[in-house]
This record gives sequence, structure tokens and C-alpha cells, in this order.
Amino acid sequence: MLKIENLSVNYGYITALAGINLEVNKGEIVTLIGGNGAGKTTTLMSISGLVQKASGKITFKGEDITKTAPDKIVKMGVCHVPEGRKIFPVLTVYENLIAGTLGNPTLKKSQISDLVEKNYELFPRLKERSKQNGGSLSGGEQQMLAIARGLMMDPDIIMLDEPSLGLAPIIVEEIFELILKIRKSGKTVLLIEQNASMALSIADRGYVLEIGNVILEGKGKDLLVNPEVKKAYLGG
Amino acid sequence: MNELFSKIKIFYEKHKLISFGIGLALLLAIPALFPKSYIMGIIDRILLYALLAGGLNVINGYSSQFCIGYAAFYCIGAYTEAIMSLRLNFNFWILLPISGIFAATAGLLVCLPTLKLKGKYLSIVTLGFSEIIRLIALNWSGLTGGPMGLKGIPVPNFFGIKIKSSISYYYIFLGLVIIFLFATSRVIKSKIGRAWLSIREDELAARSLGVETSKYKALNFMYGAFWAGVAGAAYAPYTRYIDSTFFTLDEGFNILSMVIIGGMGTLIGPVAGSIVVNLLTELLRPISEYRMVAYAILIIVMMWLRPQGLFGASNSILSGGKIKKKEERRKKKEVVV
Repeated sequence: MLKIENLSVNYGYITALAGINLEVNKGEIVTLIGGNGAGKTTTLMSISGLVQKASGKITFKGEDITKTAPDKIVKMGVCHVPEGRKIFPVLTVYENLIAGTLGNPTLKKSQISDLVEKNYELFPRLKERSKQNGGSLSGGEQQMLAIARGLMMDPDIIMLDEPSLGLAPIIVEEIFELILKIRKSGKTVLLIEQNASMALSIADRGYVLEIGNVILEGKGKDLLVNPEVKKAYLGG
Repeated sequence: MNELFSKIKIFYEKHKLISFGIGLALLLAIPALFPKSYIMGIIDRILLYALLAGGLNVINGYSSQFCIGYAAFYCIGAYTEAIMSLRLNFNFWILLPISGIFAATAGLLVCLPTLKLKGKYLSIVTLGFSEIIRLIALNWSGLTGGPMGLKGIPVPNFFGIKIKSSISYYYIFLGLVIIFLFATSRVIKSKIGRAWLSIREDELAARSLGVETSKYKALNFMYGAFWAGVAGAAYAPYTRYIDSTFFTLDEGFNILSMVIIGGMGTLIGPVAGSIVVNLLTELLRPISEYRMVAYAILIIVMMWLRPQGLFGASNSILSGGKIKKKEERRKKKEVVV
């Protein structure tokens, strides 16, 4: 479904990605793990067109999207939930969800309300708070809101950038359960995590990034017991 | 004070039509209360600047592009009206939208090459543009009258009544302000307005949601410039004489200070800013040029105590660090608990 070939990205003189290869198939949960500065976020940003690529090729559903504008990529069905939630604190939860449809102005009102209802079913907590300002939610609820806002585009693939960032362990578990539910509803998930053990335990496949290179790839369960990964990311 | 505000708000929400009626009746009756043309002149200026500050607030407050040289669009509107009515005998009422469109086109020309610039870089470009427009007005003697300015701009006609006095101008300015507030409140609530808000709050998030940020930023700039053009077109026949000294950078800063003092990101903020600044101007007339010092001090104090302005959007990114940090600290505590 999504295929990255030999992708390189530079920030000025600094190489962020040095030719990575990656593939995501339909219905999979694929996770990218790695330390700070490994290039995880850059990978997502280059898929959704937010950074310029030095070389390489990205294809989505067989179409080349390497040089496509971000708004067109969104319309093709790629959703990117950025790091640090980035919800709109002044808008209410409901308005935040509506903001998720901004990229697709052709949607009719009835379709939008259907999508909102679908999201409220998945995230009952957001329904309770639909009239509250986004900024007044707790961290976990804000993360759910960010994911729900992404789902408002009804994407084929949803890319989550560190959904567990700064959340309490119980809430992290809740978020990961939600990710499994999202996959069940027929969406493909590309997940970036520092919390490697959690991410690998729900992922079908995983990639380990280090300083802009893919150093390991394999099934989630295999990586979880891989001695190198254990030593570097799972604490021995 | 707050209780009074909330009571008024509750009443307003219950009886929207009635309160609109009362407000409109009060506004229409103002000329009867102040028959002196000196006071009416001040009120006219308040309304004119409410329109200008409101237009600038659409740019600065709703998409957080920071335009300093707003006087350029005001200048373009005023000269368009003056030249077209003097040379081509165009009707004032047709020239209002035409001047707006001229200013909006100029706005598009400024923002096309600067769409990728952010924050202060865009501000510097608008600053330069403002000076360029003023210098063109000063030096293109054939078209703009150069340093002599344009004299004897024809007064508008309203069904045969010549609009000359400051009382009759009051109704023109009032009408424009009401149309502006109504149109803008509709735009803000539409998809376009939501896209602007999303860009203001977080441009990266907006782009990741598929908002075509450059398109919406250009639209925003053009909308703001349009109203400056309309204000300029209304101003030219009001003074009946314009020259380039009316549209200096100081004028731009004057409008900007109203937006900052009144508060960005709300419709009522710039109106309040215009009232406060214009009244201060009159009160501080005895100390003449030193009143600029008073504005500066006022702005510094505002930035300190109330960064969002008198009526600004207190819960947005515009209110600066203070409020947000407090909330964030509270949130962090909640997460730990």
C-alpha cells in the first residue's frame, strides 16, 4: 500500500534520513522504533509531504507521491497525527473534530455528522466533553482527540507520531487498545514510538531506525525478543 | 464589572433580536445627542478606525500573519476613490467596492511572493510595501497630484441628498462598520474562517490536516486588505482632500496599536481599541506629539498585564505565554495524579 524506496532527507547540512526502505501493507500495524534523532518523525513528515526530500521515491496505492502537495496527499487517504497532539485548544472538542474535515471541502453536512457519530462511538469520552474547549482536556483525552480528528478524514492509512508521549502508563494502554480497534475497523496503521515494548507487542511488523538508517526489520514478536533491540531499547 | 458583562451576555443570548434593535436605535440616536460637529467628528473617526482596525484584526488576529504596513491598503483605497471620482466621475457607492477590490489585489501581490515567509519577515515586507506605496503617491504627480495632493473630491449623493456634514457621514461609517462586522462574523464561522483559525493556532497541524495553508493565508490577506480599501474610499470624500502624508507608517502603527490595545482575535476588540485610542488622542491633545509616548507606554503595560488586549481571545495562542503556561502546569499535575 505504502512503499518507501531509498529515501533521503537533509536539514541543511545534517542528514536526517540516509536512504531508508520501508513498506506498509493493507490492514497492517507497522511500527518504527528508535532513539531521539533517529529520523522517525522525519519519515512521517516526508510521507505526508511536510518536508522536502533529497532523493528517493514514495508510492501510495501505486501512485508516486514524492513531490505531491500535503493537501493532495491528505485527500488520497493518508492521515498524519503529528507529535505532541497539536489539537486546537481554543476550539471545542466538536469543532476540533470538524476541523479534521477542512482538507476535504466537498463533504456534505450529513456525511460530516455521520463521521462525528462514528468517532464518538470509538471515543465515548470525547462525546461527554464535546462542548468543552480542547485545551481543557487531560493529556490522554487530547491525544484521543488528535487521533479522532485524524480519523475524520476517513483515511486509508493513519500515521501516529508518538501517541504515548507524556502520558501515564494506564492511559498509554488505553491508547494502544484504541489503535487495535482502529485497525479492526479496516484502517492501516503506521506507528512511531519510543515506548518500544508496547509498540512491538501490538505491531505486525517493525523497523528499527538508527541515525537515519534502518538497522533491523522483522515481525513485531521477533523484534521483541531480538537481543540487540532488547539491549538498546527494552532495558536489557 | 464582570458580573455586569455576564448579565448583558445572558440577556443578549436570550433576546438576540431585541438587543440588536436596542443597540441599533441607540447608535442611530447618537447624532441627536451630540449636535456639535466637533464631537461628531471624533465619533466619525472612531467608526472609521474601527473599520480599519477590524480589517487589520482579520489579518493579525485570525491567521496570525503580522501586517505592519496596513496603511498601504488604506492609501490605495483612498487614492482609487479620489482619482476615479475626480477624473472619471464615478459614483461614490460604486467606488466603495471597487476601491476594496483594488486594495485586495494589491494585498494578493504582496502576499504571493511572501507566503513562505513567517512572522517578522512578512511584517518587514509589509513595512517596505507601505513605504513604496506612499512614495508612489508622493512622486507620481501626473496621477496622484504628488505633494500637492488631490483637492475637491466630490461629495457622495444619497438619493439626491448631498452628504456633507459629519452627522450624515456618521451614518455612512456606521453602515460600513455594521456590514463589516456582520460579514466577518459569517466568514469566521464558515469553513474559510475555521481554516484561518487552524493556521493561527498551529500551522503544522493545519497542514497535516490537509488545509491548503498558502491559499487560505492569501485569502485572509486579501480580505483584510479589501476592508482597508473600503475604509480609504469612505475617507477620501469625507476630508475632500488627500495627500501622501495621511498614509505614513505612523498611520499603520496607529491602527496596529488599536488592534493590540483592543485585543486580537475577537470582533469587538478592535472596536474597543478604536474607541480607547481615539478618545486618548483627544484627551491628550494638549501635550501634542508626546501622546505617542503615552501610546507606547500603554502598549508596554498591556503586553505585561493583559497580552491578549482588552477584549482579546484569552484562551488562544495570542494571549502569549502566561495563561497557557499556568494551564499547562495544571494539566501536568493532573496527569501525574
